[in-house]
Amino acid sequence: MSGHLNVNHLIFLGQGALWTIGLSVIALIGGGIVGFVIALARISPLKSVRFASAVYVQLVQGTPLLVILFLGYFGLAAIGLKVSPLVAAGASLTLYVAAYLGEIWRGCIQSVPKPQWEAAEGLALSRTQRMTKVILPQAVRIATPPTVGFMVQIVKNTSLASVVGFVELMRSGQIVNNSLFEPFAIYAIIAVTYFAMCYPLSLFSQRLERRMGRGRSNLAPA
Amino acid sequence: MSLQLDFPAVLERWPSFLAGAALTLELAFFATVLGALIGTLAAVGRGSRSALIAGACKVYVEAIRNTPLLVQIFLVYFGLASLGLKLSAFTVAVAALTINVGAYTAEIMRAGFEAIPRGQIEAAEGLALSRLQIYWHIILLPAIEKVYPALTSQFVLLMLASSVCSQISAEELTAVANYIQSDTYRAFETYIIVAVLYVILSLVMRAGFWGLGLVLFPRRRRLGTPL
Repeated sequence: MSGHLNVNHLIFLGQGALWTIGLSVIALIGGGIVGFVIALARISPLKSVRFASAVYVQLVQGTPLLVILFLGYFGLAAIGLKVSPLVAAGASLTLYVAAYLGEIWRGCIQSVPKPQWEAAEGLALSRTQRMTKVILPQAVRIATPPTVGFMVQIVKNTSLASVVGFVELMRSGQIVNNSLFEPFAIYAIIAVTYFAMCYPLSLFSQRLERRMGRGRSNLAPA
Repeated sequence: MSLQLDFPAVLERWPSFLAGAALTLELAFFATVLGALIGTLAAVGRGSRSALIAGACKVYVEAIRNTPLLVQIFLVYFGLASLGLKLSAFTVAVAALTINVGAYTAEIMRAGFEAIPRGQIEAAEGLALSRLQIYWHIILLPAIEKVYPALTSQFVLLMLASSVCSQISAEELTAVANYIQSDTYRAFETYIIVAVLYVILSLVMRAGFWGLGLVLFPRRRRLGTPL
């Protein structure tokens, strides 16, 4: 029953790789939007907002992504929503990415030198003006290298969406393997494909860091 | 939309949950110890004068850091099998997690090594300490002390990542959850309980590492490092 790896298999794997990129973009955009809100909430002047966002971050960072995916998949079903794997995976990854990006960005916002905050206050800018005109433009520069670095984690972590039936690169590899049963060769191809997607991002992030002359965080949530 | 939760039906399986949590901690423990060893060796290797050793360590670190753990687990699982080695799912899981966390540990340790001022090593040489003494007292221990928070966060993340080992049916917490939810048809409740257990496990690990840090690095205690 086992055949040989042919062009059709490779095309199928290529489609999976495209879905990996697609899901990564969804997670980055969704997680970026929610994560930005989280970052601002973490430094809010309101104690309750700070507390709620801190609890959110602690809960998500204390739970494996795999469990969050199951919670999203079965949770949305439990409240009566019929969801496709794409929606479940997209929503779960968004919540997950938001917690990590939120913390990364909070650190970047807070690392804008203190005198900048004070000077903005001295110029009688409102809190919103201080943020949008003084702090955030500088924070974005600081945040770019670690954000690019975190994109590597996002791409890798989309592989877990395979467990809720989303046919991205990993799942398409499993499907091809079911017909060929050459697991080692197929997973090696999958690994090389992931590497080809992630390594350029890693190099780019390192280059950005060197240009900024600051160390990078090694933390790799999975 | 209506949501009806039935926790008691799932919670009566608590012995299985506890057994799964215990195995998760066990996995994390072995992979942490072995990964710390391999990672430290790889970090030393990257600074080696031999281009071959330095290159091999760099390839190891970059290959692991740029591919998903799930793929690595399957590669180890089927790789060992195709070599004719029949190992338990637990052993395969420990091996895969060790290889994985070793690469991240290597990067963290390298940062620690780079943070050691050259002058201190020269001073130690001036005091006629042996190479081994210099490595241990001047380079390794101070480097570990410097990167201890990053290192321990990495090990907590490893514990969470071990959930992926459920895919090769190592009987850890997530695998137990998969089994219970297919048995009770109470998926959402099961995964809520499992999520809570993971949060507790990570808090326990953080507290443990914090306490260990106080014992290992009394200097940190005086400086007052956050948990």
